[in-house]
Amino acid sequence: MTTNLDHPALVATAVRKAYGDHVVLNGIDLDIPAGSVFALLGPNGAGKTTMVQILSTLIRADAGEMRVAGHDVVRDPDAVRAAIGVTGQFSAVDGFLTGEENLLLMADLHHLPRRERRQCATDLLARFDLVDAARKPAVTYSGGMRRRLDLAMTLVGRPRVIFLDEPTTGLDPRSRRTMWEIIRGLVTDDGVTIFLTTQYLDEADRLADRIAVLHQGKIVAQGTAEELKRQVGGGHITLRFTDARGHDHAAQTLDVVSRDDEALTLQVAGQGDVRSLRALLDRLDRVSITVDELQVHTPDLDDVFFALTGNPVAEQEPAR
Amino acid sequence: MSTATHALTDSATMLRRQLRHMLRYPTLTLTAAGVPVIFLLLFVYVLGGILGSGLGGSSGGRDAYVNYVVPGIILMTAATAAQGTAISVAIDMTEGIVARFRTMAIARVSVLTGHVLGSLTQTLLSMAMVTGVALLVGFQPTADLGGWLGVIGVIVLIIFALTWLSVALAMVARSVAAASNMLTPLMILPMMGSGFVPTDSMPAGLRWFAEYQPFTPFIETLRGLLMGTPMGNNAILAIGWCALIALGGYLWARKLYNREPTR
Repeated sequence: MTTNLDHPALVATAVRKAYGDHVVLNGIDLDIPAGSVFALLGPNGAGKTTMVQILSTLIRADAGEMRVAGHDVVRDPDAVRAAIGVTGQFSAVDGFLTGEENLLLMADLHHLPRRERRQCATDLLARFDLVDAARKPAVTYSGGMRRRLDLAMTLVGRPRVIFLDEPTTGLDPRSRRTMWEIIRGLVTDDGVTIFLTTQYLDEADRLADRIAVLHQGKIVAQGTAEELKRQVGGGHITLRFTDARGHDHAAQTLDVVSRDDEALTLQVAGQGDVRSLRALLDRLDRVSITVDELQVHTPDLDDVFFALTGNPVAEQEPAR
Repeated sequence: MSTATHALTDSATMLRRQLRHMLRYPTLTLTAAGVPVIFLLLFVYVLGGILGSGLGGSSGGRDAYVNYVVPGIILMTAATAAQGTAISVAIDMTEGIVARFRTMAIARVSVLTGHVLGSLTQTLLSMAMVTGVALLVGFQPTADLGGWLGVIGVIVLIIFALTWLSVALAMVARSVAAASNMLTPLMILPMMGSGFVPTDSMPAGLRWFAEYQPFTPFIETLRGLLMGTPMGNNAILAIGWCALIALGGYLWARKLYNREPTR
């Protein structure tokens, strides 16, 4: 393993990929330090999976320079393959084999010595909470178990850089949280570099040191979760009133972002922290307006997209 | 380790994977034997009395027909098993597991050689079952030990060739159902050759096809080795066809496997 902590784990410059007239990636630049978590955030069809496929040597870019773990992706794909692990969007386990056999298969393909391969499988089964299911065929596993086995298989070769393409899509909330803990653990315990793609801001927020937002083949924003949210301009608060008079009065008193006369609601800018909520309610109290209902809306992917591109997520390119 | 040793160890690993599938799901092997056994029983007990008399031998009848039809039935097993191979390759290709293999530093062709060697083993097993049933219904081969070794040699060559072809076809298909359908014509070929009746009993156009398609020399070689019938140049033709189909199938399959996956 030649990864040096002083060097970036992944560098990409001006990566382009098009399928016919459809430009999927239009000049992507990335620089990811070793031992960090990087999240590529974007809706379906934004080009996230294509980027993962290019960096993990599955497909070739039309143009661009890429180095992963110090190796050139185009000129030395085998050296890259030896240094990476990939957990794709679609489960990459052999359903006919048991969980344990899947792990042993990976150990064989990584040419681990006989003694180590069994130990490796046993350790991973324990770490990913699959001991009870170890001897059952993977087709019988639940979605969360399959995903855990998938990730365990990715870890067999002790990769230095791990690609996770939408690691929690389709998982129930509990499995999702388990997956988050596992992913954070990989960085803190094993010191690997993680490149993950996601549609969810909260996931990127929770996991990533740096986030890049991919929109129509370009990176439209890059930074920490805090930096991105600052660009979004925080969330908003929705207030609902019992009658039209109160609604009207409040609309004149407050700095309103938008109002809905039929539902008797107003939206005002705000983060939803206790201090600003109290100030808002105090203000309404002083002029004796009764608020029927209050909802705090924290920024999500829709807001990020709206703020950065002026388009809601739904208007993105459809999935290919 | 060099790439060459990797290719061997990785192929062995992939073969173990296929054998494990085979042991865990023996129905796959049984299914490949099932269709030819049904055809054997139908042709021997329903049609064999009449067809045997039409062969023009001294004895005639059902007993003669068993000995005539078994080589064709054995090759039909190669075709049904090839269909099984195509299905299992197509399953692999449509699932994420092959994407994983492609991003690992393993000998690329080992995924395919694993399938081919696994299928070879599985098909030999299916053929052994079919031959067992054939012996029970009155098949009386005259081959000595050398003849049987020849039979096994020719059969291995034929399976090897058909398996590479079916691996390539499975990758062209891009779906499991299409892969299965694509191999169906292979099952008809023994019938449109000398498998079930002599080619000289067929109408001119069909006879021409039957005499020049690869299954006829395959069947005539097997029949010669098992029953001592004259082989002529059929053994050379059979080996030539095998080499051609195996090489073509291998190169085609390798090219398809190395092409970029499209979502």
